[in-house]
Amino acid sequence: MFMEREQNLVPEKLAGEGEEAASANEAGLTVTMKTMELVVAGLLMLVAAIVMYDSVRVGAGWAFDGPQAGYFPFFIGLILFGASAATFAINLFSRTADLSSFVTKPALLLVAKVLAPTAVYLIVMYYVGIYIASALYICFFMMWLGKYSIRKAAPVGIAIPLILFWLFEIAFLIPLPKGPLEAALGF
Amino acid sequence: MDAFVSLIHGFGVLADPMNIVYMCVGVVLGVLIGVLPGLGGANGVAILLPLTFSMSPTAAIIMLSSIYWGALFGGAITSVLFNIPGEPWSVATTFDGHPMAQQGKADEALTAAFTSSFIGALLAVVVITFLAPVVAGFALRFGPAEFFAVQLLTFCSFVGMGRESPFKVLAAMTLGFALAAVGLDSVTGQLRMTFGTVELMRGFDFLIAVIGLFGIGEILLTMEEGLSFRGKSTTITLRSVMNTWIRLPRFWITYLRSAAVGCWLGITPGGATPASFMSYGLARRFSKNPGDFGKGEIEGVVAPETAAHAAGTSALLPMLTLGIPGSPTAAVMLGGLLIWGLQPGPMLFIEQKDFVWGLIASMYLSNVVGFLIVLTTVPLWASILRIPFSIIAPVIIVLCCIGAYTVHNAFLDVVIMLFFGIIGYAFKKLHYPLAPLVLALVLGDMAESSFRQSMLISQGDMSIFWSNWLVGSICGLAMIMLFWPLITLLLDKMRGGGGRLSPGGA
Repeated sequence: MFMEREQNLVPEKLAGEGEEAASANEAGLTVTMKTMELVVAGLLMLVAAIVMYDSVRVGAGWAFDGPQAGYFPFFIGLILFGASAATFAINLFSRTADLSSFVTKPALLLVAKVLAPTAVYLIVMYYVGIYIASALYICFFMMWLGKYSIRKAAPVGIAIPLILFWLFEIAFLIPLPKGPLEAALGF
Repeated sequence: MDAFVSLIHGFGVLADPMNIVYMCVGVVLGVLIGVLPGLGGANGVAILLPLTFSMSPTAAIIMLSSIYWGALFGGAITSVLFNIPGEPWSVATTFDGHPMAQQGKADEALTAAFTSSFIGALLAVVVITFLAPVVAGFALRFGPAEFFAVQLLTFCSFVGMGRESPFKVLAAMTLGFALAAVGLDSVTGQLRMTFGTVELMRGFDFLIAVIGLFGIGEILLTMEEGLSFRGKSTTITLRSVMNTWIRLPRFWITYLRSAAVGCWLGITPGGATPASFMSYGLARRFSKNPGDFGKGEIEGVVAPETAAHAAGTSALLPMLTLGIPGSPTAAVMLGGLLIWGLQPGPMLFIEQKDFVWGLIASMYLSNVVGFLIVLTTVPLWASILRIPFSIIAPVIIVLCCIGAYTVHNAFLDVVIMLFFGIIGYAFKKLHYPLAPLVLALVLGDMAESSFRQSMLISQGDMSIFWSNWLVGSICGLAMIMLFWPLITLLLDKMRGGGGRLSPGGA
């Protein structure tokens, strides 16, 4: 049925109609979908508990002039808790729980290879500004994941921050984080 | 025929040449956004929103809505040529569009897709032109209770119409509400859920969330596949366009049906994605040769494209008239309206005539412009997709960071954006819907304040929500929507069918 196919949105579609990938995954199995469902539902229940706790703190009842600040969020927290608990229970007790892999090892590695440099990029951005950091990040990404030589990566890495600099600082007058180099150049 | 007069007035607003320039720039940027993985209508508009702060609201909304139309067109190109849906709503287009490309009929498929998008959008704009003033006039009589009822209906519709597990829809939605509640409470001035930190006082901005959830999340998902694009290339000649156009009028009933499905799901917040699937399914059911669907049937391209574009367009109707967006992209534009100092809702039609009718008139024109641009520039977009992902991905991440930073000029927002990216990745993999989360984050404060106002009026008596026929019937409809999964389950049980809840949602 076409309706089911909607669930396999963009990513699964690429893997070649989704489910058959699961059998190929067994070698690189990390965690099952069921485990991740339980973890995420559990985290959401924790968030809901925090929301309810804080709502009670600011007052979730009725003041003389109307509902207190925590009245609405408290019920939101309650619904979030209930809905997540239901998801948790369904996955815990259902016999049809999805035991296929949440993410295969090679795929997880690729995702980590994007996330790790991006985290470093943010730290570098904090110290030297967004333009230098972006240049380094694009170069690194191209050389590490794309296996480009520095002679190909450097022009792209330098050109894009320059275009962005022109667009934001000069054309639209929107200041972005800048570091010592820009300061030395008088910006 | 007030609408006609207003529409002509709107075209007068468009006569400003700068508005036309913004429109063309918007459409081109939109197609680019639609073609690139990781950039979509919602986060594309969110990233570009800060650039519009210095423009007049009319010019800004014309540019942003043109980006949206462009993105709707752009999604079809990647679906047909590369079998990669650039946008979720073009998934259904790949079913028949890509087989057509493999048979060497890519030009026909693209012409059909663009033409259908164009017709779907046009029909939806006609609906907006004549329905919007009526709805706005009606909504002028709304009090807080009625507004809360409409918001309730909006969110309950997600539960009733969503394909995901109703519990996951509820969880995503309430998470959005909870995040919206963080920060300074505007009524009592109390701090909620800040836990003593100064940074959380501002709360979570939905623009940051949109950029992270849809941008970074999508990049991570794409990366997982270790993408290598292998697509068909094509050019569209005048002759192939003519040959396709001759065949299209036969599907007039498909057009009308798909546009109706699209408008309905766009106005009630089902959105473009379910509309495209539903329309594809209906076209197959009513077709004389359903077996050809999935093998390169041109009607299988016509139906989802018409519906997706009609839904995407009509999603702006509730945004303009009620201040309730029908899709995440409309939600971002609503956020833009608030930033430019406009209060969305029925008063907009009285106080900001230039703005509203300029926007509606621009919908007509920018869809014509977009149609012509995509028809003539397909090879260009196809070649952009051949740029390796290892170059495109870092550039898109850099753009997401800039977009997140410029919202408040706060570095912390960039970090929060990255976290939302990870949430988006996990949610997408586990089939938690992102649209209700975003809409709840946008509407959270508004829904809460209309709820509290109604509670103040009624002195805490919940019966205000069924105190008259109007509010009562909206609330009743909302409850039907909320319990729709349960109702269908019971109906299935009564018929003896095994409607069992399964994890991951059915």
